[in-house]
Amino acid sequence: MKENKLIEIYQNDSVKISVRKEWCKACGICIEFCPKDVLAADEQGKPIPININECIKCSLCELRCPDFAITVEGGE
Amino acid sequence: MKTVINNYIREEMFPNIWCPGCGNGIVLGAIIRAIDDLKWDKNKIAMISGIGCSSRITGYVDFCTMNTTHGRALPFATGIKMANPNMKVVVVMGDGDCSAIGGNHFIHAARRNIDLTAIIINNMIYGMTGGQYSPLTPTKKFGTTAPYGNIDQSFDLVKLAKAAGASYVARGTVYHVRQLTSLIKKALNKKGFSVVEIISDCPISYGKMNKMRTVVDMLKWIKDMSVSKKAWEDLSPEEKKEKFVIGEFLDIDRPDYTELYSKVMEEAQKMGVSR
Amino acid sequence: MNKLKRNVELLQGNEACVKGAILSGVRFFAGYPITPSSEIAEGMARLLPQIGGKFVQMEDEIASIAAVIGASIAGFKSLTATSGPGFSLKQENLGFAIISEIPCVIVNAQRGGPSTGLPTKPSQGDMMQARWGTHGDHSIIALAPSTVNEVLTLTIKAVNFSEKYRTPVILLLDEVIAHMREKVEIPAPEEVEVINRKKPTVPPEEYFPFKPDQNGIPPMANFGEGYRYHITGLIHNQKGLPTSNPQEIDSFIRRINNKIQENVKDIIIYEKYFLDDAKIALIACGSVARAAERTVKLAREEGLKVGLLKLLTIWPFPSEEVNRLAQQVDLIIVPEMNLGQMVLEVERASRGNCEVVSYSRVDGELINPIEILGKIQEEIKK
Repeated sequence: MKENKLIEIYQNDSVKISVRKEWCKACGICIEFCPKDVLAADEQGKPIPININECIKCSLCELRCPDFAITVEGGE
Repeated sequence: MKTVINNYIREEMFPNIWCPGCGNGIVLGAIIRAIDDLKWDKNKIAMISGIGCSSRITGYVDFCTMNTTHGRALPFATGIKMANPNMKVVVVMGDGDCSAIGGNHFIHAARRNIDLTAIIINNMIYGMTGGQYSPLTPTKKFGTTAPYGNIDQSFDLVKLAKAAGASYVARGTVYHVRQLTSLIKKALNKKGFSVVEIISDCPISYGKMNKMRTVVDMLKWIKDMSVSKKAWEDLSPEEKKEKFVIGEFLDIDRPDYTELYSKVMEEAQKMGVSR
Repeated sequence: MNKLKRNVELLQGNEACVKGAILSGVRFFAGYPITPSSEIAEGMARLLPQIGGKFVQMEDEIASIAAVIGASIAGFKSLTATSGPGFSLKQENLGFAIISEIPCVIVNAQRGGPSTGLPTKPSQGDMMQARWGTHGDHSIIALAPSTVNEVLTLTIKAVNFSEKYRTPVILLLDEVIAHMREKVEIPAPEEVEVINRKKPTVPPEEYFPFKPDQNGIPPMANFGEGYRYHITGLIHNQKGLPTSNPQEIDSFIRRINNKIQENVKDIIIYEKYFLDDAKIALIACGSVARAAERTVKLAREEGLKVGLLKLLTIWPFPSEEVNRLAQQVDLIIVPEMNLGQMVLEVERASRGNCEVVSYSRVDGELINPIEILGKIQEEIKK
C-alpha cells in the first residue's frame, strides 16, 4: 500500500479532522450538512475546516462521505 | 486516518468509480459500520451484487464478493446460502436491478424466507445506462426514456417485500445515515429474508432530469421528502404522493429456508435410501 | 474375486443422469420443471437430501443456473437440467460461469424448437446453441450420450471435466435418450474416477484467484474457506478485479479459450465402428448414433464398406479425427435431427478431402437405420 496518501490533517486539542484529498470528489455533502458550519470549500471544492473549534465531533461528515475521504477523531 | 472502514475495504480499488456525491458510497459506509458492529468474521461473509452502479459495491469490500448478472444476485446468493448456511450472505442491488429484471427473484427469495439480507439502493433511475426510468421512478418524474414524465405507477418495495413473505422490512435514506446503519444492522442480524430499501441520490442521472442540479439539492430533497412512520399517518393521500415513509415496517420470526431444508434432510435420511 | 458391488438396473436416461451425478459427487441441484428433463429434478429432489445434498426448485431457469453457480462457489458440485426453452434462458448465466470459471453442469434434454416447439419429441437442434448460445468469445465442453449407460458415464465425465477445467459443461441429451429405458450397470462408488477442483496451495495473502497454473487453470478457493476474493462477470485481472488493460483483457480471453482448446486430447471422446476399411463413414451422435450403428451392420451385410464415427464429445469438435477420416474415406454422411448443424463442422474439418453430405430430419421422428442405408445407396448411385 502506498504510504503517501495525500492526507491533510487539521487538529486542535480535542479533535482531529483528516481529509484524504485523492479520494475526495468535492461533492460538498460534508460542507453543506455540517450542523456547526465547521467546513468550507477550498479552491477545488474540497473541505477545509475553517471553524475547527466549533466541531462537536458528531461525525456526520464522515458518515455521509461517499468516498471515505473525511474522518473525525477525538470523540468519545 | 485509520477508521473501521479501512479494515474492510480493498484500498487499491479507491477512489471508487461513482460520481461525486453518489449515495452508493454512503450505503457502503453504512453496511461496513453495521458489519463492524456485529463483529462478523470477514471470511464468513459473502456479498453479492447484480449489475448497475450499485453492483460495483462488491468490488470495494474485503469479503467473499461476487458481481453477478443483471437482476440475478438473489438466486446466486440462494445457491451460496444453501450450500453453506454458515455464511452470512448480503445482497446489494439497485432499483432497476432488484425490482425490474430481478423482480421475480426478489419476491421468490422473500417467499422462501431464505436467510439473506437484501439491500436495495433506490436512486429511482437507471444511472449507469444514463437515466432511464425504473419501476421505482415516481409517477410524473422524468427520465431519458420518460421525457414527457413517467406515467408508470412505481412499486412500493416495502409493501412488496411484506406481501411476498420477508421477515424484516425497513426503509432508510442516505441522508439519515445513523438510522440507516442501525436498520442495516438489524436486517443483517435477522434470521430469514430481510430487506432494507434505501432512498439514495443520483445527482447526475436523476437530479439533472428532475430540477435538482447538485448533490446537495438532491440530499435536501431526500431529507424533505422523508417522513417517519408516525408523521406519515397524519398525512393526507395527496401529501403522501411525493413522500417516503422511513423506518421499520416488519420484524417477525419464522423459520428460514435453510432451516426448513435441514429438516427435509433429516426426514429423508430417516426414511433411508429407498432406492 | 469381484468385490465391487455393481447393481444392474433398468433405468431411464434421466434417472441414469441422476445416478451419474451423485456418483461423481454432485450435491446440489437447482432446477425448474420442463419436459423432457423433469425426471432429473425429481430424482435429485428425492436422493440429494438423503446423502447430505441439497435441492431447490427455483422460480425460473435463469435463477436455477444462478443458484447452481452460487452453490459451486460455496463448494458443492452442482448441476441443473433443462430443455430447449430453458436452455435458451440459461445462456445468460452460462456466460457468467464461463467468464468466472465456475465448475457446473447443465443438462439439456433436447426437444424440437424453436420456442416451445415439440416438447415430447427428440431433436438435435441445439448443437450450435450449445457452442455459441451465450454471447462473446468462449470455448465450451459439450458431451452427447447415445445410450442410457453412456448417460451415466458421460454425466460423470461432465462433472469431472467441469471440475478439472473450471468451466461449465453441457450434457446434450435428446428426448429419446432422456426417456428410454435400458439396462445399466451401476459402477461401485470406489471404481468411479472422481476429479475435484484444484485448491490453492498458497496462503490467502498470496492467493491470486485467477492466476493460472501451468495448465492454464487457476486453483479455486471456495467461499467460506478463508480466501476472500472477488468474482465478476466483467473481464478481470488475476486478482479477480475488473480491468480495462488491453493486455490483461487479451490474455484473459485467450486463456479461458485455450484451457479447453489445448486439452482436446483429454476432452474428446468418440467411438469407432468398422472404420478400419471403410470407404463411407457416418458421423453421428445421440440417439441418431444408435440408428447409424445399425445401419453399418445392414450395409456390411450388403457388402458395403461403411463405418461409423460416434461422437461423444461434440464441443470442442473432434476436428483432427474427422480430418483423418476424410483422408481415408470417399464420403462422409452426417445424419442428424436438425437441418444440418454438425455437418457444418464436419465440412470444415474435412477440408475438402472427401465428399460430405447431410441427412437431416426435423419432423420430430427418430432417424431410422433403413433411411440412412437408403441415403448411402442413393449417394453410391450418383
